[in-house]
Amino acid sequence: MQKEALETILNRYDRDRTQVVSVLQDIQDEERYLSQEALTYVAEALDMPRSQVYGLATFYRAFSLEPRGDHTIVVCTGTACHVRGAPRLVDELSRRLVVAPGGTTADRKFTLETVNCLGACALGPLVVVDGNYHGQMSPNKVDALLAQYSGEGR
Amino acid sequence: MPGRGCTERLDELRRQRAKRGGNGHFVSVCGGTGCLALGSRAVATAFAEVLAEKGVGATVALRTTGCHGFCERGPLVVIHPGEVFYQQVRPEDVGEIVEETVVGGRLVERLLYHEGESPVVKELEVPFYKYQQRLVFGSNGRLDPTSLDDYLAQGGYSALAKALDEMGPEEVIEEVKKSGLRGRGGGGFPTGRKWELCRRAAGEPRYLICNADEGDPGAYMDRSVLEGNPHLVLEGMIIGAYAIGSAQGHVYVRHEYPLAVKHLSIALAQAREYGLLGDDILESGFDFQVQINRGGGAFVCGEETALIHSVEGRRGVPRSRPPYPAVRGLFGQPTVINNVETWANIPHIISRGADWYRSIGTEGSKGTKIFSLVGKVNNTGLVEVPMGITLRDIIFKIGGGIKGGKRFKAVQTGGPSGGCIPESLLDLRVDFDKLTEAGSMMGSGGMIVMDEDTCMVDVTRYFLNFLREESCGKCTPCREGIQHMLDILNRICAGEGTAGDIDLLQELGRLVGEVALCALGGTAPNPVLTSIKHFRSEYEAHIQEKRCPAGVCRALVHYHIDEEKCTGCHACVRRCPVEAISGEARKPHTLDQAKCVKCAACYEVCRFEAVVRT
Repeated sequence: MQKEALETILNRYDRDRTQVVSVLQDIQDEERYLSQEALTYVAEALDMPRSQVYGLATFYRAFSLEPRGDHTIVVCTGTACHVRGAPRLVDELSRRLVVAPGGTTADRKFTLETVNCLGACALGPLVVVDGNYHGQMSPNKVDALLAQYSGEGR
Repeated sequence: MPGRGCTERLDELRRQRAKRGGNGHFVSVCGGTGCLALGSRAVATAFAEVLAEKGVGATVALRTTGCHGFCERGPLVVIHPGEVFYQQVRPEDVGEIVEETVVGGRLVERLLYHEGESPVVKELEVPFYKYQQRLVFGSNGRLDPTSLDDYLAQGGYSALAKALDEMGPEEVIEEVKKSGLRGRGGGGFPTGRKWELCRRAAGEPRYLICNADEGDPGAYMDRSVLEGNPHLVLEGMIIGAYAIGSAQGHVYVRHEYPLAVKHLSIALAQAREYGLLGDDILESGFDFQVQINRGGGAFVCGEETALIHSVEGRRGVPRSRPPYPAVRGLFGQPTVINNVETWANIPHIISRGADWYRSIGTEGSKGTKIFSLVGKVNNTGLVEVPMGITLRDIIFKIGGGIKGGKRFKAVQTGGPSGGCIPESLLDLRVDFDKLTEAGSMMGSGGMIVMDEDTCMVDVTRYFLNFLREESCGKCTPCREGIQHMLDILNRICAGEGTAGDIDLLQELGRLVGEVALCALGGTAPNPVLTSIKHFRSEYEAHIQEKRCPAGVCRALVHYHIDEEKCTGCHACVRRCPVEAISGEARKPHTLDQAKCVKCAACYEVCRFEAVVRT
């Protein structure tokens, strides 16, 4: 990430140390992960120990320290989706993509994630790809879903 | 205080601004999470186009509102006046709705909700709504959450003006105490007492926080209130700030709720512009600022001391209490923390009085509660009911019973660390105390319905796995205890359970519950203890017979092909992801157990019931 972009984000929060989580969130939103360089830059700019910034980056689930794939597949594993069969979806996607939940495929095309609830329980089990909702999913629909997002870049 | 003239200034503001408001002719399109996911944005766009095309765009307003609650039947559209309720509306239906209903005053029957054979016209006559008492949600379907004018037209900010004009801070606290309101975030602590403690605590400044870190899986009511009616929450917060003497508030909202953040940001900007927030609110001399903090996706941050650490820009780990935040909270100062739904009750209490509020609910729990009714229930959605209604009424009258005619098994309330309530307790009257007596809790109001196909051991394992991931790791009983309970449950689900496992789980559960540092660990054993109490036989089937009665636990389930029923249609062969099924066309197939990954694809695709699960 460019220095200017980081500066813009830092200044958005008046370089206020209590707003460091928001700073990291904005970086994550733009880059889709937190690079070591970005974390170091933030620590120095806010005059905080690097360990403390790293501690935040690893504590909160919203942050990733690894670059993401072109497409992010999020399987809702909230309770309502769980009882409607979400675990089998995670297994099937994991098997098809050869990646564990939280990981990114070797070709950097897909990142597979789970989330604890998206508040769209009527659609469960639910899979969200790049922000698009795919409700009432089943392992039998996984093929078609992946085909829809394969072949094209982000 | 008397003579401040806030009500007059608000009335003047309303006269100037609330031109397009009122309850005249308008089309309400639900923009809640569920409806958006089902495509309601395209429906709203279609309405905008068609209304303009037909030349009624100037007389009929279009409002994309917050959540109406009946997510199961979305996208939802209501035509006012007349409250004509249309469900599962597609963009291609919009032309007909405008032509027939908006212009012609006639009904489009196929889009109405049908109770059996007979159509229901009005929104509030649909069974899903009929048994509810929508106090906090009352205006959700009537106002555009991005419009302060709409909120003003519904009488918004009158409670604030009344408090500023007619009541001193102590009187506001007295009124809230008298109302019997208890915190809706899960703890159920009396709100008025919390405020009083904070007001009396030594130290300036005082802070006020709105907890919108709704982390319970399967609960989304706070999100819907914030997205659908942000000014209601804000008005509650301003009244609270006046009562405790705070000039600075924070809303801690989940990062995963971008629309809530957006609507709240708009609401803050509008309220400042109108002089309802910031310096010298309604020229009363009272100042109050609000800042938004986004959470980082840590469940434990819903715990108030962890939340405070997070707002301070630190790792969200809890600390032991006392001192309670009301005495020593944000930056070491007295702080009141209440959750979204609690704040949203405040304007109603101030406007209509504590006596009116007390008339709703039970002895120990006053007012209404919003539940998210989800899982294996027909009518998934958000329901707001008076405290004291029975679980049976919620699940069967409002929820329409169990999906697919299956048999009810349990309802889980209180989030991951709540408990499972069996059929024998369906007539339980829901309030804070009754749920706790049943071994569960109110929590934030998640209500997950489970049927005969749900394995209680698996569900318990699911909750423990969730809690293990979300445990912050600070205290040993929670960090290690949950892990050990989970290890045992994993073994049981894998068919490796042994005779003493149930006793060990109970012993561990009681220990963790007693000694963990915060509520997360303290309540974590609830799912284990309640499921053993009410569904012990399922545990025993897993341990002694190596059998999962619900057919969920993969290691204990096997799939076979019934050669007599198999027609050899090849559907399962095509679906099987691991080529475990083979056989010639039109001849019975065979399933290779060594290759089978038990994904159930064949079981689901077979139309002849030839794939058998044992």
